[in-house]
Amino acid sequence: MEPTLLLPIGFGAILMNFPGVVVFDEMGQVLEIHGIAEPLQELYNAGIANELFPLILFIGIGAMIDFGPLLTNPKLMLFGAAAQFGIFFTLCMASIFFPDFRDFASIAIIGAADGPTSIVVANTLGSKYVGAITVAAYSYMALVPIIQPPVIKLLTTKKERMIRMAYKPASVSKTTKILFPIIISIVACIFAPGAGSLIGFLMFGNLIRECGVLDSISETAQKVLANLITIFLGITIAFNMTAEQFLNVNTLLIMGLGLIAFIVDTAGGVLFAKLYNLIMKLLGKAPINPMIGAAGISAFPMSGRIVHKMGLAEDNQNFLLMHSIGVNVSGQIASVIAGALILNFFG
Amino acid sequence: MLEFNPMNFVNNLSYMGIGMLGVFMIIGIIIGATYAIGFLSKEKK
Repeated sequence: MEPTLLLPIGFGAILMNFPGVVVFDEMGQVLEIHGIAEPLQELYNAGIANELFPLILFIGIGAMIDFGPLLTNPKLMLFGAAAQFGIFFTLCMASIFFPDFRDFASIAIIGAADGPTSIVVANTLGSKYVGAITVAAYSYMALVPIIQPPVIKLLTTKKERMIRMAYKPASVSKTTKILFPIIISIVACIFAPGAGSLIGFLMFGNLIRECGVLDSISETAQKVLANLITIFLGITIAFNMTAEQFLNVNTLLIMGLGLIAFIVDTAGGVLFAKLYNLIMKLLGKAPINPMIGAAGISAFPMSGRIVHKMGLAEDNQNFLLMHSIGVNVSGQIASVIAGALILNFFG
Repeated sequence: MLEFNPMNFVNNLSYMGIGMLGVFMIIGIIIGATYAIGFLSKEKK
Protein backbone atom coordinates (compact mmCIF):
# COMPACT_ATOMS: atom_id res chain seq x y z
CA MET A 1 0.00 0.00 0.00
CA GLU A 2 2.87 2.42 0.73
CA PRO A 3 4.13 3.07 -2.85
CA THR A 4 0.55 3.51 -4.01
CA LEU A 5 0.11 6.26 -1.43
CA LEU A 6 3.53 7.86 -1.70
CA LEU A 7 3.19 8.32 -5.48
CA PRO A 8 -0.09 10.33 -5.31
CA ILE A 9 1.36 12.31 -2.37
CA GLY A 10 4.48 13.11 -4.41
CA PHE A 11 2.55 14.12 -7.51
CA GLY A 12 0.12 16.19 -5.45
CA ALA A 13 3.10 17.98 -3.89
CA ILE A 14 4.34 18.88 -7.40
CA LEU A 15 0.90 20.27 -8.32
CA MET A 16 0.61 22.28 -5.11
CA ASN A 17 3.98 23.95 -5.68
CA PHE A 18 3.37 25.47 -9.10
CA PRO A 19 3.94 29.24 -8.91
CA GLY A 20 0.80 31.15 -7.99
CA VAL A 21 -1.25 28.12 -6.88
CA VAL A 22 -1.01 29.11 -3.22
CA VAL A 23 -0.30 32.73 -2.27
CA PHE A 24 1.10 33.42 1.21
CA ASP A 25 1.09 36.68 3.16
CA GLU A 26 4.17 38.16 4.84
CA MET A 27 3.52 36.07 7.98
CA GLY A 28 3.58 32.84 5.97
CA GLN A 29 -0.18 32.32 6.25
CA VAL A 30 -2.20 31.18 3.22
CA LEU A 31 -3.74 34.28 1.63
CA GLU A 32 -5.48 32.80 -1.40
CA ILE A 33 -5.50 29.65 -3.50
CA HIS A 34 -5.96 29.17 -7.24
CA GLY A 35 -6.16 26.45 -9.88
CA ILE A 36 -5.48 22.86 -8.75
CA ALA A 37 -5.42 23.90 -5.08
CA GLU A 38 -9.17 24.64 -5.17
CA PRO A 39 -10.39 21.08 -5.93
CA LEU A 40 -7.70 19.70 -3.60
CA GLN A 41 -9.00 21.94 -0.81
CA GLU A 42 -12.55 20.68 -1.48
CA LEU A 43 -11.29 17.08 -1.30
CA TYR A 44 -9.34 17.93 1.87
CA ASN A 45 -12.42 19.36 3.58
CA ALA A 46 -14.61 16.49 2.36
CA GLY A 47 -12.32 13.61 3.26
CA ILE A 48 -9.40 14.49 5.50
CA ALA A 49 -10.47 17.40 7.69
CA ASN A 50 -13.42 15.25 8.85
CA GLU A 51 -11.29 12.02 8.87
CA LEU A 52 -13.66 10.30 6.42
CA PHE A 53 -11.03 8.94 3.97
CA PRO A 54 -8.81 7.22 6.57
CA LEU A 55 -11.86 5.72 8.27
CA ILE A 56 -13.26 4.34 5.00
CA LEU A 57 -9.79 2.97 4.21
CA PHE A 58 -10.00 1.08 7.50
CA ILE A 59 -13.00 -0.86 6.14
CA GLY A 60 -10.77 -2.11 3.32
CA ILE A 61 -7.92 -2.93 5.70
CA GLY A 62 -10.31 -4.80 8.02
CA ALA A 63 -11.55 -6.83 5.05
CA MET A 64 -7.96 -7.75 4.18
CA ILE A 65 -6.99 -9.02 7.65
CA ASP A 66 -7.33 -12.66 8.62
CA PHE A 67 -7.44 -12.81 12.43
CA GLY A 68 -7.24 -16.64 12.30
CA PRO A 69 -3.58 -16.94 13.46
CA LEU A 70 -4.34 -14.55 16.34
CA LEU A 71 -7.51 -16.39 17.37
CA THR A 72 -5.62 -19.69 17.65
CA ASN A 73 -3.25 -18.08 20.16
CA PRO A 74 -4.79 -14.88 21.66
CA LYS A 75 -1.89 -14.25 24.08
CA LEU A 76 0.15 -13.12 21.04
CA MET A 77 -1.73 -9.83 21.43
CA LEU A 78 0.55 -8.98 24.39
CA PHE A 79 3.44 -8.47 21.96
CA GLY A 80 1.30 -6.14 19.86
CA ALA A 81 0.72 -4.08 23.01
CA ALA A 82 4.44 -4.01 23.94
CA ALA A 83 5.45 -2.79 20.49
CA GLN A 84 3.49 0.44 21.01
CA PHE A 85 6.20 1.63 23.41
CA GLY A 86 7.76 3.69 20.61
CA ILE A 87 4.64 5.86 20.43
CA PHE A 88 4.83 6.95 24.05
CA PHE A 89 8.63 7.25 24.08
CA THR A 90 8.43 9.47 20.99
CA LEU A 91 5.70 11.52 22.65
CA CYS A 92 8.20 12.44 25.38
CA MET A 93 11.01 12.98 22.86
CA ALA A 94 8.88 15.16 20.56
CA SER A 95 7.80 17.33 23.51
CA ILE A 96 11.43 18.46 23.85
CA PHE A 97 11.28 20.18 20.44
CA PHE A 98 7.54 20.82 19.98
CA PRO A 99 6.02 22.35 23.14
CA ASP A 100 2.46 22.40 21.72
CA PHE A 101 0.70 19.19 22.87
CA ARG A 102 -1.22 19.04 19.56
CA ASP A 103 2.06 18.67 17.71
CA PHE A 104 4.07 16.35 19.98
CA ALA A 105 1.12 14.01 20.53
CA SER A 106 0.47 13.86 16.76
CA ILE A 107 4.15 13.25 15.95
CA ALA A 108 4.22 10.39 18.48
CA ILE A 109 1.50 8.53 16.60
CA ILE A 110 3.89 8.00 13.64
CA GLY A 111 5.03 5.10 15.84
CA ALA A 112 1.64 3.47 15.31
CA ALA A 113 3.06 2.47 11.89
CA ASP A 114 -0.44 2.99 10.64
CA GLY A 115 -1.17 5.79 8.17
CA PRO A 116 -4.94 6.16 8.71
CA THR A 117 -4.50 6.29 12.52
CA SER A 118 -1.77 8.94 12.13
CA ILE A 119 -4.01 11.08 9.92
CA VAL A 120 -7.02 10.77 12.24
CA VAL A 121 -5.04 11.63 15.40
CA ALA A 122 -3.12 14.54 13.81
CA ASN A 123 -6.30 15.98 12.31
CA THR A 124 -8.43 15.56 15.42
CA LEU A 125 -5.79 17.27 17.54
CA GLY A 126 -5.37 20.00 14.91
CA SER A 127 -1.61 19.67 14.41
CA LYS A 128 0.12 22.03 11.97
CA TYR A 129 2.21 19.13 10.65
CA VAL A 130 -0.39 16.73 9.23
CA GLY A 131 1.46 16.56 5.87
CA ALA A 132 4.87 15.80 7.37
CA ILE A 133 3.42 13.30 9.85
CA THR A 134 1.58 11.41 7.09
CA VAL A 135 4.63 11.32 4.83
CA ALA A 136 6.81 10.11 7.73
CA ALA A 137 4.30 7.40 8.70
CA TYR A 138 3.97 5.99 5.18
CA SER A 139 7.68 6.37 4.33
CA TYR A 140 8.83 4.42 7.37
CA MET A 141 6.18 1.75 6.81
CA ALA A 142 7.74 1.25 3.38
CA LEU A 143 11.20 1.20 5.00
CA VAL A 144 10.32 -1.42 7.65
CA PRO A 145 12.47 -4.07 5.82
CA ILE A 146 15.47 -1.76 6.24
CA ILE A 147 14.75 -0.39 9.75
CA GLN A 148 13.75 -3.53 11.66
CA PRO A 149 16.43 -6.20 10.89
CA PRO A 150 19.43 -4.31 12.37
CA VAL A 151 17.47 -3.49 15.55
CA ILE A 152 16.34 -7.11 15.92
CA LYS A 153 19.90 -8.42 15.33
CA LEU A 154 21.31 -5.96 17.84
CA LEU A 155 18.94 -7.12 20.58
CA THR A 156 19.00 -10.89 19.99
CA THR A 157 21.66 -13.57 19.88
CA LYS A 158 21.96 -16.04 17.00
CA LYS A 159 20.79 -18.76 19.41
CA GLU A 160 17.64 -16.79 20.23
CA ARG A 161 16.91 -16.14 16.55
CA MET A 162 17.14 -19.89 15.91
CA ILE A 163 14.47 -20.78 18.50
CA ARG A 164 11.81 -22.82 16.74
CA MET A 165 8.18 -22.40 17.63
CA ALA A 166 5.76 -25.24 17.15
CA TYR A 167 2.58 -24.28 15.31
CA LYS A 168 -0.47 -26.27 16.28
CA PRO A 169 -3.12 -25.37 13.71
CA ALA A 170 -6.24 -25.33 15.86
CA SER A 171 -9.43 -24.86 13.90
CA VAL A 172 -11.19 -21.60 14.70
CA SER A 173 -14.96 -21.91 14.43
CA LYS A 174 -16.93 -19.67 12.08
CA THR A 175 -18.89 -18.37 15.08
CA THR A 176 -15.64 -17.23 16.76
CA LYS A 177 -14.51 -15.42 13.61
CA ILE A 178 -17.86 -13.64 13.33
CA LEU A 179 -18.16 -12.80 17.04
CA PHE A 180 -14.55 -11.51 17.29
CA PRO A 181 -15.04 -8.20 15.37
CA ILE A 182 -18.34 -7.56 17.16
CA ILE A 183 -16.94 -8.16 20.65
CA ILE A 184 -13.73 -6.17 19.96
CA SER A 185 -15.81 -3.20 18.76
CA ILE A 186 -17.93 -3.33 21.92
CA VAL A 187 -14.87 -3.63 24.22
CA ALA A 188 -13.08 -0.77 22.41
CA CYS A 189 -16.13 1.51 22.55
CA ILE A 190 -16.55 0.86 26.29
CA PHE A 191 -12.91 1.08 27.42
CA ALA A 192 -11.39 3.39 24.78
CA PRO A 193 -14.22 5.48 23.34
CA GLY A 194 -11.76 7.42 21.18
CA ALA A 195 -11.00 4.20 19.31
CA GLY A 196 -14.67 3.63 18.54
CA SER A 197 -14.62 4.97 15.00
CA LEU A 198 -11.25 3.46 14.00
CA ILE A 199 -11.84 0.04 15.56
CA GLY A 200 -15.50 0.11 14.49
CA PHE A 201 -14.66 0.64 10.80
CA LEU A 202 -11.76 -1.86 10.93
CA MET A 203 -13.95 -4.53 12.50
CA PHE A 204 -16.86 -3.74 10.17
CA GLY A 205 -14.54 -4.56 7.27
CA ASN A 206 -13.49 -7.76 9.00
CA LEU A 207 -17.10 -8.76 9.71
CA ILE A 208 -17.91 -8.34 5.99
CA ARG A 209 -15.00 -10.71 5.26
CA GLU A 210 -15.86 -13.33 7.85
CA CYS A 211 -19.65 -13.45 7.71
CA GLY A 212 -19.47 -15.62 4.60
CA VAL A 213 -22.51 -14.17 2.84
CA LEU A 214 -21.00 -10.91 1.54
CA ASP A 215 -18.10 -12.20 -0.53
CA SER A 216 -18.55 -9.72 -3.38
CA ILE A 217 -18.74 -6.76 -0.95
CA SER A 218 -15.71 -8.08 0.91
CA GLU A 219 -13.78 -8.30 -2.35
CA THR A 220 -14.87 -4.78 -3.31
CA ALA A 221 -13.77 -3.41 0.09
CA GLN A 222 -10.37 -5.14 -0.15
CA LYS A 223 -9.59 -4.01 -3.68
CA VAL A 224 -11.78 -1.33 -5.29
CA LEU A 225 -12.68 0.65 -2.14
CA ALA A 226 -9.16 0.54 -0.67
CA ASN A 227 -7.58 1.54 -4.00
CA LEU A 228 -10.08 4.32 -4.66
CA ILE A 229 -9.63 5.88 -1.23
CA THR A 230 -5.86 5.48 -1.48
CA ILE A 231 -5.82 7.54 -4.71
CA PHE A 232 -7.82 10.39 -3.18
CA LEU A 233 -6.12 10.20 0.23
CA GLY A 234 -2.64 10.52 -1.27
CA ILE A 235 -3.27 13.43 -3.59
CA THR A 236 -5.37 15.24 -0.98
CA ILE A 237 -2.71 14.98 1.75
CA ALA A 238 -0.46 16.95 -0.61
CA PHE A 239 -2.71 19.99 -0.03
CA ASN A 240 -0.59 20.60 3.10
CA MET A 241 2.69 20.19 1.28
CA THR A 242 3.56 23.55 -0.17
CA ALA A 243 7.28 24.35 0.11
CA GLU A 244 6.56 27.13 2.64
CA GLN A 245 4.76 24.67 4.93
CA PHE A 246 6.83 21.54 4.28
CA LEU A 247 10.46 22.39 3.52
CA ASN A 248 11.75 23.41 6.92
CA VAL A 249 13.75 22.11 9.87
CA ASN A 250 10.61 20.97 11.67
CA THR A 251 9.84 18.49 8.88
CA LEU A 252 13.35 17.03 9.18
CA LEU A 253 12.88 16.78 12.95
CA ILE A 254 9.55 15.02 12.47
CA MET A 255 11.18 12.54 10.07
CA GLY A 256 13.93 11.92 12.67
CA LEU A 257 11.41 11.43 15.48
CA GLY A 258 9.42 9.05 13.27
CA LEU A 259 12.52 6.93 12.77
CA ILE A 260 13.08 6.86 16.55
CA ALA A 261 9.46 5.77 17.01
CA PHE A 262 9.89 2.79 14.65
CA ILE A 263 13.21 1.76 16.23
CA VAL A 264 11.84 1.95 19.79
CA ASP A 265 8.65 0.10 18.74
CA THR A 266 10.79 -2.74 17.40
CA ALA A 267 13.04 -2.74 20.46
CA GLY A 268 10.02 -2.67 22.81
CA GLY A 269 8.49 -5.73 21.15
CA VAL A 270 11.75 -7.74 21.15
CA LEU A 271 12.66 -6.84 24.75
CA PHE A 272 9.15 -7.71 25.96
CA ALA A 273 9.48 -11.10 24.23
CA LYS A 274 12.79 -11.65 26.02
CA LEU A 275 11.17 -10.75 29.35
CA TYR A 276 8.36 -13.20 28.51
CA ASN A 277 11.02 -15.89 27.90
CA LEU A 278 12.57 -15.22 31.32
CA ILE A 279 9.18 -15.77 32.96
CA MET A 280 8.58 -18.91 30.86
CA LYS A 281 11.99 -20.23 31.94
CA LEU A 282 11.02 -19.78 35.60
CA LEU A 283 7.75 -21.61 34.91
CA GLY A 284 9.60 -24.40 33.07
CA LYS A 285 7.83 -23.73 29.76
CA ALA A 286 9.19 -23.55 26.22
CA PRO A 287 10.58 -20.17 25.13
CA ILE A 288 9.36 -18.23 22.12
CA ASN A 289 11.50 -16.73 19.39
CA PRO A 290 11.97 -13.13 20.63
CA MET A 291 12.01 -11.84 17.04
CA ILE A 292 8.23 -12.22 16.85
CA GLY A 293 7.94 -9.32 19.32
CA ALA A 294 9.20 -7.01 16.58
CA ALA A 295 6.20 -7.91 14.43
CA GLY A 296 3.98 -6.10 16.95
CA ILE A 297 4.15 -2.87 14.98
CA SER A 298 1.14 -2.58 12.77
CA ALA A 299 2.98 -2.36 9.42
CA PHE A 300 0.97 -5.29 8.06
CA PRO A 301 2.08 -7.70 6.61
CA MET A 302 5.69 -6.55 6.00
CA SER A 303 6.76 -6.79 9.62
CA GLY A 304 5.43 -10.34 10.01
CA ARG A 305 7.15 -11.41 6.80
CA ILE A 306 10.49 -9.85 7.81
CA VAL A 307 10.55 -11.80 11.08
CA HIS A 308 9.70 -15.00 9.18
CA LYS A 309 12.51 -14.38 6.66
CA MET A 310 15.00 -13.62 9.44
CA GLY A 311 14.06 -16.89 11.13
CA LEU A 312 14.60 -18.78 7.86
CA ALA A 313 17.93 -17.03 7.31
CA GLU A 314 19.22 -18.44 10.62
CA ASP A 315 17.68 -21.89 10.23
CA ASN A 316 16.00 -22.95 7.00
CA GLN A 317 13.50 -25.10 8.92
CA ASN A 318 12.42 -22.31 11.28
CA PHE A 319 8.93 -21.31 10.14
CA LEU A 320 7.70 -18.34 12.19
CA LEU A 321 5.16 -16.93 9.73
CA MET A 322 1.93 -17.91 11.50
CA HIS A 323 3.20 -16.59 14.85
CA SER A 324 4.64 -13.37 13.42
CA ILE A 325 1.51 -12.62 11.38
CA GLY A 326 -0.60 -13.22 14.50
CA VAL A 327 1.50 -10.67 16.40
CA ASN A 328 1.41 -8.33 13.39
CA VAL A 329 -2.42 -8.19 13.24
CA SER A 330 -2.55 -7.68 17.00
CA GLY A 331 -0.29 -4.66 16.45
CA GLN A 332 -3.00 -3.26 14.17
CA ILE A 333 -5.51 -3.38 17.03
CA ALA A 334 -3.04 -2.18 19.68
CA SER A 335 -1.90 0.81 17.59
CA VAL A 336 -5.49 2.00 17.19
CA ILE A 337 -5.99 1.67 20.95
CA ALA A 338 -2.78 3.67 21.56
CA GLY A 339 -4.05 6.35 19.16
CA ALA A 340 -7.36 6.47 21.02
CA LEU A 341 -5.57 6.83 24.36
CA ILE A 342 -3.57 9.76 22.97
CA LEU A 343 -6.84 11.35 21.83
CA ASN A 344 -8.28 10.75 25.31
CA PHE A 345 -5.25 12.40 26.92
CA PHE A 346 -5.03 15.43 24.64
CA GLY A 347 -8.26 15.63 22.62
CA MET B 1 12.28 29.06 15.71
CA LEU B 2 13.44 25.68 17.03
CA GLU B 3 12.59 24.94 20.65
CA PHE B 4 14.71 22.77 22.95
CA ASN B 5 13.43 21.97 26.42
CA PRO B 6 14.73 18.63 27.79
CA MET B 7 12.62 18.98 30.94
CA ASN B 8 9.50 18.38 28.82
CA PHE B 9 10.67 14.76 28.43
CA VAL B 10 10.52 14.25 32.19
CA ASN B 11 7.27 16.22 32.52
CA ASN B 12 5.53 13.95 30.00
CA LEU B 13 6.84 10.61 31.33
CA SER B 14 3.52 10.10 33.11
CA TYR B 15 1.81 9.80 29.71
CA MET B 16 4.26 7.03 28.82
CA GLY B 17 3.41 5.08 31.97
CA ILE B 18 -0.35 5.62 31.82
CA GLY B 19 -0.42 5.05 28.05
CA MET B 20 1.39 1.70 28.14
CA LEU B 21 -0.65 0.61 31.15
CA GLY B 22 -3.83 1.55 29.27
CA VAL B 23 -2.80 -0.35 26.12
CA PHE B 24 -1.94 -3.49 28.14
CA MET B 25 -5.17 -3.28 30.15
CA ILE B 26 -7.42 -2.97 27.09
CA ILE B 27 -5.49 -5.67 25.22
CA GLY B 28 -5.79 -7.86 28.35
CA ILE B 29 -9.56 -7.42 28.31
CA ILE B 30 -9.62 -8.27 24.57
CA ILE B 31 -7.50 -11.40 25.19
CA GLY B 32 -9.93 -12.47 27.93
CA ALA B 33 -12.91 -11.81 25.66
CA THR B 34 -11.25 -13.77 22.82
CA TYR B 35 -10.64 -16.80 25.04
CA ALA B 36 -14.25 -16.54 26.23
CA ILE B 37 -15.61 -16.43 22.65
CA GLY B 38 -13.43 -19.40 21.71
CA PHE B 39 -14.62 -21.36 24.75
CA LEU B 40 -18.31 -20.54 24.28
CA SER B 41 -18.35 -21.20 20.54
CA LYS B 42 -16.27 -24.39 20.63
CA GLU B 43 -17.65 -26.79 18.05
CA LYS B 44 -18.68 -30.13 19.54
CA LYS B 45 -16.94 -33.09 17.93
